[in-house]
Order: sequence, then structure tokens, then C-alpha cells
Amino acid sequence: MTTTERERDIDVQELERVTIRFAGDSGDGMQLTGSQFTRTAAVFGNDISTLPDFPAEIRAPAGSLPGVSGFQISFSSSDIHTPGDEPDVLVAMNPAALKTNVGDLPAGGALIVNSDAFSAQNLSKAAYPSNPLTDGSLKQYSVFEIPISALNERALDGLDMTSKQKDLTKNFFALGIMFWLYERSMDPTLRWIDDKFKARPVIAEANKRALKAGYAYGETTELFHTHYRVKPAKLAPGRYRNITGNEATALGFLAASKLADRPLFYGSYPITPASDILHQLSGYKQFGVKTFQAEDEIAAIGAAIGASYGGALGLTASSGPGIALKSEALGLAVMVELPLVVVDVQRAGPSTGMPTKTEQADLLQVLFGRNSDSPVAVVAPATPAECFDLAIEAWRIALRFVTPVVYLSDAFLATGAEPWRIPDVAELPDIRVETWTDRATFQPYERDPATLARRLAVPGTPGLEHRVGGLEKADISGNVSYDPDNHHRMQLLRQEKIGRIAHDIPELGVMGPDRGDLLVLGWGSTYGAIRSAVERLQAEGQAVAHAHLRYLNPLPRNTEAVLRSFRTVLIPEVNLGQLLLLIRARFLIDAVGYNRVRGKPFRIAEIYQEAERILAEDRP
Amino acid sequence: MTDPSRPAAPVLSAENEAVIQLTRKDFVSDQEVRWCPGCGDYSILAQTQKVMPDFGYPKEKIVFISGIGCSGRLPYYMNTYGFHSIHGRAPTLATGLKAARPDLMVWVITGDGDALSIGGNHVLHSMRRNVDFTMVMFNNRIYGLTKGQASPTSEFGKRTKSTPLGSVDTPIMPLTVALAAEASFVARSVDTHTEHLQKTLERAGRHVGASFVEVLQNCNIFNDGAWRDFTDREVRDDRMLVLEHGQPMIFGKDRDRGIRLRGLHPEVVQLGNGITEDDLLVHDEQSPEPYLALMLSRMFWPEFPVPVGVLRAVPRPTHDQLIADQITTAIGSGGTGDLAAALNSGETWTVD
Repeated sequence: MTTTERERDIDVQELERVTIRFAGDSGDGMQLTGSQFTRTAAVFGNDISTLPDFPAEIRAPAGSLPGVSGFQISFSSSDIHTPGDEPDVLVAMNPAALKTNVGDLPAGGALIVNSDAFSAQNLSKAAYPSNPLTDGSLKQYSVFEIPISALNERALDGLDMTSKQKDLTKNFFALGIMFWLYERSMDPTLRWIDDKFKARPVIAEANKRALKAGYAYGETTELFHTHYRVKPAKLAPGRYRNITGNEATALGFLAASKLADRPLFYGSYPITPASDILHQLSGYKQFGVKTFQAEDEIAAIGAAIGASYGGALGLTASSGPGIALKSEALGLAVMVELPLVVVDVQRAGPSTGMPTKTEQADLLQVLFGRNSDSPVAVVAPATPAECFDLAIEAWRIALRFVTPVVYLSDAFLATGAEPWRIPDVAELPDIRVETWTDRATFQPYERDPATLARRLAVPGTPGLEHRVGGLEKADISGNVSYDPDNHHRMQLLRQEKIGRIAHDIPELGVMGPDRGDLLVLGWGSTYGAIRSAVERLQAEGQAVAHAHLRYLNPLPRNTEAVLRSFRTVLIPEVNLGQLLLLIRARFLIDAVGYNRVRGKPFRIAEIYQEAERILAEDRP
Repeated sequence: MTDPSRPAAPVLSAENEAVIQLTRKDFVSDQEVRWCPGCGDYSILAQTQKVMPDFGYPKEKIVFISGIGCSGRLPYYMNTYGFHSIHGRAPTLATGLKAARPDLMVWVITGDGDALSIGGNHVLHSMRRNVDFTMVMFNNRIYGLTKGQASPTSEFGKRTKSTPLGSVDTPIMPLTVALAAEASFVARSVDTHTEHLQKTLERAGRHVGASFVEVLQNCNIFNDGAWRDFTDREVRDDRMLVLEHGQPMIFGKDRDRGIRLRGLHPEVVQLGNGITEDDLLVHDEQSPEPYLALMLSRMFWPEFPVPVGVLRAVPRPTHDQLIADQITTAIGSGGTGDLAAALNSGETWTVD
């Protein structure tokens, strides 16, 4: 066998975009496999978008349906916004993974299975009455049965490891096959293995052998007649890295601390899917970042409020259930008027719900889930990379308006990845504000005439000793007051302060025509699916536009004008109509919703079809 | 063993010279005090204001943080920085503030409901972390601000508005809880025993680390006389045990009774008839293990004289110091963080 002979046999087909889904047992290392493919594609220069999909159970029973973990990556030579509606290739490491995922694979799609895992026992755990590899039920796909476990064990012959340990490396064999199929270099992963297992050379060697064996298998067998090339994307010039939403969020807060010239204090209680922010920030001690794993969610926000009171950037994060616990303290921050940022990485609820699955149903909770009228600013990043910018923006608003700001992320943004053009530190905004030090003019509740921000003096400032608290304040002096007219005035002041932020943020942009038949209005992680669907409709000549809100409270000042420029406003949300309720109530605009809460991000096709349906109905 | 205390007198820089000239009056705010006439809180406020000049902190470096309840009003009356927070959560704010600002002297003012019911979790965790603040818990065995419901320290069987047939809940023992949570300073005093209260607050304020002070306080409206059986002038010497470090546990108007250990249990003994001071327990607030303090924390009238004073005072690294040390170590080994390097970490690639 020579290489030249091989090359003659094998076609190379160029593709614009490919979507792969790796699926296996939660102990099979599918998240790792997916993220290694992602890094490799990103470093190669493809545009990428990913969707990890894993169970909340750390190790559900092996081979069971609830134990299936998946990772979908879409990579492309053009600009993409979603992890792909459906996979082109499904890698299924066992029958349960096949069963839970094959429904998403379109007819003609490639299916790579680890045939060794299709034992009677595993088939029964996946509730397959017969073996799908032999009963003809998969004939609409192009199926590649590969005895991955056996081939991998052979490749690891002679290594001082148990069979079980060897079997744990089979995900790298599968990854090797995919690297060959899509012409990817193994180097980034080999480097990663060396670094990760530097203390355990046998494990490193086993993983490297598995990866190379998978690659060689792809190269030398007659199984695949084609391999595929996806060229680098034409991204804007700059230096890039691959980043998840949680990573970008943590980096954004680190940057905010530097830009505000205030130390960052992060109070947090572990909760999926927000915990990675704590893990990452706890590694930034050399920046003076102080992280505090609190005894509960209330202590986490309480400590953040205490730190903010002391002049630091007091930050806390959680997911929906934890935000519910923080509500009373958030109300205190509203009353006391302190800069504070609260991150809500939303997940499917109510109650514990589906902790690892995405949803965007906490909008009304963060806006209205407190006693009385208790206004806070709310921002929401649209993509993983944008999490960085919005984290800084949240602090800019919090400091400038002396107010709590809620930052709404979600499980899809938090764990999904995309390429991020790394900004130059010099191009980031200056968000410093001065605290009050002048004795002659200090009144704790006197306000800046433009922003209505109150005068903030931090403990340690001589001569400005004063008391704050949750009781109603007298306007200007801040002393406790039960005066009826004062209370009314203070409620209005707190509300108007948040309202005035609208003068300080960008107008709502529109992608597409300024006016037309349909505006698709979104917020948060639905950005990619909406954008792609609208682009498709526009390419078909439809008068359709997309607007995406990064500011939920206050709304951008031109929001109503934008909405009124279109005959119909469609609001797709992964909730039962929360922004829809706000838009209808606020502007008396008869917007329509598209609402699906399946714990998964929208597919492009469903938004496209819904928009099509509305356009067809509206057509005279 | 050295007591982990702040120096009684500050180093006398010109600035500090001015600080020690402060008097009680400097710590009185311009706000009218609005507790019920005759409330024990007045005395606690007065003693607190009196001891403040002794610590050597300028006013702007002192912060009082409170929760909800009658005690929660105290910060308004102190001419320092103050934060009247929400029910039970004052320790959490204090933890964050002290971590962010180790230069401040932080006091937490709380009550039996605030600290041991709604905020119980935060008391436990701030004590075990050894957050460097002084927690003063006003214990009146009743919910006063909400007009008279049973509190976690109310007696079993206590009839209140919320327990007309008597409370079915066993009361919690505050000092036992604080000790179990690894508090490094635990003490008890009484609102009306002004001299003792002052001394206790001063000791607590000087302690570096988490201090827990239970003040037996009278709510003359909703639970009048809750402690009178042993705190009244006529009976207090016979019914209370004033703890002194290194001294045998003697009490009584005639100092003729003491506490002796019998097996694993304390017992009250009459001195004389062959029993001498040498047979009595000697108080050791600095004992590395808290057994003695735990025993004292469970002794109560009428079975025993009620111990007051410092049960425990041991040195332990503070939360804010440990956090700061980790930062110093990180900077020492890797240098001060570089934001550009953090942004560019991991695998990167360039698009031209």
C-alpha cells in the first residue's frame, strides 16, 4: 500500500458547512471529544458553533437512555450562527446513543456506530427489541459499522492498563476517524493530551495511540470513499480563540474590574449551569479577584452587596432557582441603590426543572420577581462571544447609574462555543466612576441631575459617615422616612433612574429593511437561529427583518418606532411568551409569539417555517 | 498563650492621636432613638458607644451592619458607617464587606430571631470561617418588632401570641451553637450589668476573628422579666457565675459556692467541709479544645448559676486574611495578572 494509491481511490469533496454530533454514554467522554474537535476546527480557522447536550446525572447507569451525552458541532467556511439544525454525521457509541439521537439525522445522513457496543445487554438497556444494525431499520442512512472497542483495545496492546481503562480511550479512536474524514490535524489534540496527562504518561500514551489508530483506520480502510474539506472561514481580521459563553462572561467581568479600576468580589453558590464562572474566576487570584463560595444563594448575593458597599465590584451569579432565593437581597440593593451585577444563567424550570437544558424563561422573574415596584436594569448577550462585551456593559451601567443590573445568559450560551475575536485591551471602554469624598456637599441620596445616580460614599471616607438600609429613605438626606409623598417620589425616582439608562445605550438595530411585512424580534441565545432564518427569507426576496434586544430594561429608546415599521412582529422565545407580554403591554402592539420550551435551542427551520406561515397568512 | 487581640492603644501617629481623643459623644448620631421606653436596647447602645473610642479606629473605618428586628435599628444611632440590611442576612454583608475591605472594623448587630431562626445558616458559616467581625446578639426570647411571637430561644411551653397553648419547640442554646460552629470568641453579658457589658464588648471588639456575644436583654413590652430570676440585683451574685480566665469558678454573695466536675458533669458545691478552691474547675478561655466552654454554654438557671463573661477566646486565622494570603501567594509565584495575557490564553489563531 502506498499513499499515492490511496489518494487515487479517495475523493475529496469540498463542503461549505458540516454538522457532526458525537453521542455516547455519559462516561464515554463525548463532551471531551466534541470540544477537541471544536478546538481543532477553530484553530484551523473555520467558523464554529457548538451545542453540548448532557444529562444532569453525573453517571447515569451505563448504557441507559437517560445516560446519553451528546455534543454537536457545526463548522463552516462561511459565517454561521447556530450549531446546525440537524447533524450531517452522527457518531453513536452505543445503542442508547443511537436511539436518542438518530431521529435528528436526516435521510441520507452518515451514521458511524461502535458496533462492539451493540450487545444483547446494551440493546435491551436501550429498549431495542431487535438489533437496528441488522433489522434494516437504518437503511435510510449511510451506516458505517466500526468495531471501535476491539480495534482500540488492539491499538493499545502492551500498555500497562486494564481492559476497562483501555476502553475509556475509545472516544479518541472515534475522534481520530473524524479527524481523518474531515482532513483535520491531530496536533492540537496531541498537544492537549501531553499537557493534560503529563503526570500520567501511560494514560497519555494510550490516548495518543487511540487517536492515531482511529486516524489510520480512516486512512487505510476501504470503508470511506470520500473525505471532506471545509475551508477556513473569512472571518474579520484579528486574533481569535474559541470561547464558551461562561468563559466569555468570566473574562468580561475580569476585564470590567480592570476597566473600572476596582477589585472584583464574586459571591456564588454552586449551581448548574453557572458554576463554571466560579471555577474560572477562582483562578484569577493574581488579578486580586476574591471569590467566595457561600453557604447558600442568599449569602452569595449578601456578600456581593457587602463588597459593593465597600467599593469593590460585588458580583453574584446563579441560575433560576438561585435567583429566586436572591430576590429579597436584590430588592435591598434596589432600595439602597448600590452598583451590583447579578448573573442568571437560565435553565429549564420551574423548580429544579431540567438543570442542564436551556430555556429563557426568567425574564419576568428578574424584572418583576420582587416585592413592590423594584426596578433593575437587565441586559442579555446574544452569542457566547458577546457575553464578554455585555459583562463589561453590565458593570458600566451599574457603576454609572449606581444600580443593580441583571445579566441574563442561558445554558445554551453558557456551554456553547464560537470563535471570538480577541479585543485589544486599549480598545475596551473606560468605565471608572468617582466615589464621593467632599464633606461640604455630601447627601447620600442627592442625585446626579442627568443619570439620577445617587452620591456614593464608601466606608473609610472621613466625615461622610452615614447609614443606609432597606427602610424607605427621605429624598436627599437618606434618613428613614414614612412620609407618604416622599415614598411616592422615591418610587418614581428609582423607576425613572432605570428609565434614563435608555439615553445611554445604543438604539435597537435592524438587520434587513427598515420597514416591511415582518420583523422577527428576539433576545438572548435565539439570535443565531433567528438571524439564519431571516437571512434565508431575505434571500428569497421577502420583506423580513431581524432585531435583537441586548437591553431588556430599559428597552432601547427607538424600540416602539422599529416595531411599528413592520406589519407583523414575531417574537420567538424559549418560554411561553414573556417578551411578548412586555411588548404587548408596553406598546399595545399585537405581536405574535413562537414559543417552544423543549430544553433545546431553536432550529433555524422552525423559525423559518413560522415566519413563512405568517407571511402567507398576511399576504392579501 | 497570647490573646489574639488588637492593641489596646494604637500606635500614636498624629492621626491616631486625634482618634484616641474621640469620646462616646462622637459616636452618637443625630437620629432620635426610637425603642420603647425602658427597653434593654438603650443600655446596649450606650455601652457600645462608650467602648468605641477604645479600639483606636477612626469613625469612618467602623461599620455597623444589622438585620431585622428591634436590634436592627442600632446602626442608625451610631455615628459611623451603617447598613440596616434584611432579616437574618447581616453576617453575609459583613463577610463580603470584610473580605473586600480588611481595613474596616465591622460589627454585626442581631437578635435571637434574626441570628438563630431566619439567619441561622449565616451565623454557622461566618463563625466557622472566622470572619473578623463582632456579632452582638440581643437575646430577649421573643419577637418584639412583630409584637410578641415565640422566638427560637423562647422556653419550651412558653405561651405567646403565636403559641397560646405553649411552645412545642425546644429552645436553642446560642452559645452552644456558636461554639459548635467553631467561633473563636464566645461571650455572654446582660443589658443591665453595664460595667460587665462594657468590658465584654471591649474584649469582643479587640478579638481578631469571629466574636459572638450574647446579651441577655429585656423586652419590657412583650416579654418583661425574661431573665430577672437570675439577673436582678438582689439575686444575681447567687445565681450567676462571672467567668475569669485562670480563676476557679466561684460564685455567691459570700463567694462560698463553686463548680466542680463530677465524672463528665458539672455540679454546684458548697465550699468548706473539706471542699476547697482546689477542688473547683478553673476557667480557661484559651483552651485549644472547646469542651469546657461547651459545658459552660449548657449550664443554666435554675440547675446552675448562669455563666457570664468570656467562655472562649482562641487565635485562628481570619477569613479575610486567608483570602488575601492566597492573592499574595498567587502574585508572588506568577506576578500580577496581565489582562491581555488572560484574554489571549489557550489556543489562538490569526485571521489576516
